Amino acid sequence: MRTYGPDSGSGVMHAPGDAVMLDVLQGFVHELRSAGLPVSMTENLDAMRALEHIPFTERDALKAALGATLVKHHGHWKVFETVFDVYFSLFSAGVDAGEGGEGDGEASAADWEQMRAAMDGAGAMGDVSNEDLAKMLLDALMNMDREQLRALAAAAVSRFAGMEPGRPVGGAYYLYRTLRQLDSEGLVEQMMEQARDQGQLGEGAFDERLAREDMDGRLKLLKELIESEIRRRLVADRGVEAMARTLRKPLPEDIDFMHASREEMQALQRSIYPLTRALAARLAQRRRHRRRGQLDFRATVRHSLSYGGVPLEPKFKRPRPSKPEIMVIADISGSVASFARFTLQFVYAMQSEFSKVRSWVFIDGIDEVTRFFEESDDISDAVHRVNTEADVVWVDGHSDYGHAFEVWHERHIKEITKKSSVIILGDARNNYHATQAWTLGEMRKRARRLFWLDPEPLGYWDTGDSVVSEYAAYCDGVYECRNLRQLQKFVADVVDV
Amino acid sequence: MASRFESVPEVVDRLRGVDYLADTSIGGVVYLADRLEKPVLVEGPAGVGKTELAKAVAASTGSRLIRLQCYEGLDEAKAIYEWNYKKQLLRIQADRTHETDWETVESDIFSEPFLLTRPLLEAIRSEDPVVLLIDEVDRVEVETEALLLEVLSDFQVSIPELGTIHGNQRPFVFLTSNNTRELSEALKRRCLYLHVDYPDIEREKEIVRVRVPEIDDALADQIAKVVNSIRQIDLKKAPSISETIDWARTLLYLGRHEVNPEVLGETLHVLLKYQADITKARKELGVDGGSPLAGARRG
Repeated sequence: MRTYGPDSGSGVMHAPGDAVMLDVLQGFVHELRSAGLPVSMTENLDAMRALEHIPFTERDALKAALGATLVKHHGHWKVFETVFDVYFSLFSAGVDAGEGGEGDGEASAADWEQMRAAMDGAGAMGDVSNEDLAKMLLDALMNMDREQLRALAAAAVSRFAGMEPGRPVGGAYYLYRTLRQLDSEGLVEQMMEQARDQGQLGEGAFDERLAREDMDGRLKLLKELIESEIRRRLVADRGVEAMARTLRKPLPEDIDFMHASREEMQALQRSIYPLTRALAARLAQRRRHRRRGQLDFRATVRHSLSYGGVPLEPKFKRPRPSKPEIMVIADISGSVASFARFTLQFVYAMQSEFSKVRSWVFIDGIDEVTRFFEESDDISDAVHRVNTEADVVWVDGHSDYGHAFEVWHERHIKEITKKSSVIILGDARNNYHATQAWTLGEMRKRARRLFWLDPEPLGYWDTGDSVVSEYAAYCDGVYECRNLRQLQKFVADVVDV
Repeated sequence: MASRFESVPEVVDRLRGVDYLADTSIGGVVYLADRLEKPVLVEGPAGVGKTELAKAVAASTGSRLIRLQCYEGLDEAKAIYEWNYKKQLLRIQADRTHETDWETVESDIFSEPFLLTRPLLEAIRSEDPVVLLIDEVDRVEVETEALLLEVLSDFQVSIPELGTIHGNQRPFVFLTSNNTRELSEALKRRCLYLHVDYPDIEREKEIVRVRVPEIDDALADQIAKVVNSIRQIDLKKAPSISETIDWARTLLYLGRHEVNPEVLGETLHVLLKYQADITKARKELGVDGGSPLAGARRG
């Protein structure tokens, strides 16, 4: 597929024809699909029609329009946004720097040489000293003058980022350099101080907190402006496709639990509630519709009155099938801790769907943690207590599945009933201890079902000290569970029985 | 058909004229929906003004708003049309003495006067411009969703006894969803998708000022900031826009012109509806509890 890059015609940046726009759109949709977004043919056509109605100079409206036609899950919006910024950054109406006066050449950003000339020359507010720039920035932040902020962000990037064409350095590096030069840490303090001087700030910690949040928000906006400016220039240098590839991020449901960054983990946490709600609703519905209940004699007779006493329509009671009982046994040693915590949160967020949830965590010792969840209203609070208060170290704090299972067997095996489903979470990396796999055999005999969720990729199973298959022999199923998509599927397919 | 709006700024302006503050993305999607004649699926947390948007579009275009409230168990008879069988029975019984032949009776009881039109059919048949709001579409079963889909794609309804009824015009359609379940891909494909989130501080302040005109600027500013701050806390249910407005009215009613920790402590229950949330917010914001008002409410 031919896609549009800066080399395919730099003169048309300000007024691309329809054909060019369609080309850009096709490249854009292609990239969205590569990033994992399901864009159908119809949606693609809708997006094309949308372009006829929204002038591409109205960037925000264009973004909304393309988003409305192409992105149908809110969780995918972030990915869409990144790709949109890359593909349409070159078309953003040239930033008019006001009194500073950036050259037009730079604003279009099509031609690197031209841009550099503008950067070196009198453009980029070249006649303004660094101190004045900082002052202007502070003023703009205090007054929330978005246009001015945008212009200043561009000037700051020209001045401080030290961007050179062809240098294989990521945007994060330039962002870091620019922010350090601007003293972004100190900016919030300066803003607070200025607010205090102007008497905008009341007394007390409460007002302080509100003001600080406000200022943090403004700084975040500035960061975003700088980031998008850097991105715009990188795209001009390296071409659209290359940039899109570099910036490609996984969709939230594809983020690997084991390798999630802190930010990604937070995003996952936020998605727990809406997801479990949706899942719970689906399970409840399925359970209810599985079969009809008993004949409801009273309702049938009552209803027959409208047909003159002829029972034309039999009425049935709603079935109330019993909910399953869940027992979760989770390894919380370092390597799989975030997976275990996340899954516990997930299970407890869904506890209304189960008649009872009990949970244990282990490393080489094992401890029941049900009480933390029962005592606390707040699941994340409970998980925090699990991490800090549960007694899970027996000898040295290295995973020992065998010992943990043996202890569990001794204490709790009698508590398993035909209604309980047991779910074990862990990578089965046993540090070459004895596996005691027979304990799982005992569990399975008593339980309704026994499942194992392994957060490692399938290819790593049974390598090194992983002994998954020894345990797997006793399980009803062992599932690879590396991301939200797989976890959701597991819950929907399996727990609902 | 003539379009309702000329440009995106016009959409925003006219919605503002009926006290609905839309941002560019809301304006853009509404404009596009008008041009492409496609339904808009609006998703977002409860209380961000999804239903309000449909009402505002109706008011600003001078259209009639027809609302179909969805619930579990909603079926064709409640969504599209139904024969008024009680009236039909009466008609048959009343006829016993006259001995009219069956054909006459049949064509008689399956005619207009015996038809109960439900919101979808009403929207299709309407002569004057209409905004159709299908509220909380995530509550219906998948089968009913398919039914809605069929009506929305063709804007026609077949009634075996009367024939196919075509629309005179295309209504402006909004579907709202609280996302309690994932809607089918087919439905999403046919709609434009709009996610409405909580507004930023500036927009929320504007909303408060528009909806509670007697409030002064400084208080509105504080209110928006405090609410925004509370939304940052991880709560069961974050305060909605309508709760913000209620809170603003409460503050005015109590004669407070400034939000400080005591005032917030007294009135936090207007914003938050779970005791656990209130406790948590108090702790996070450093507001002490046990205020007389909150105590009275609990008692």
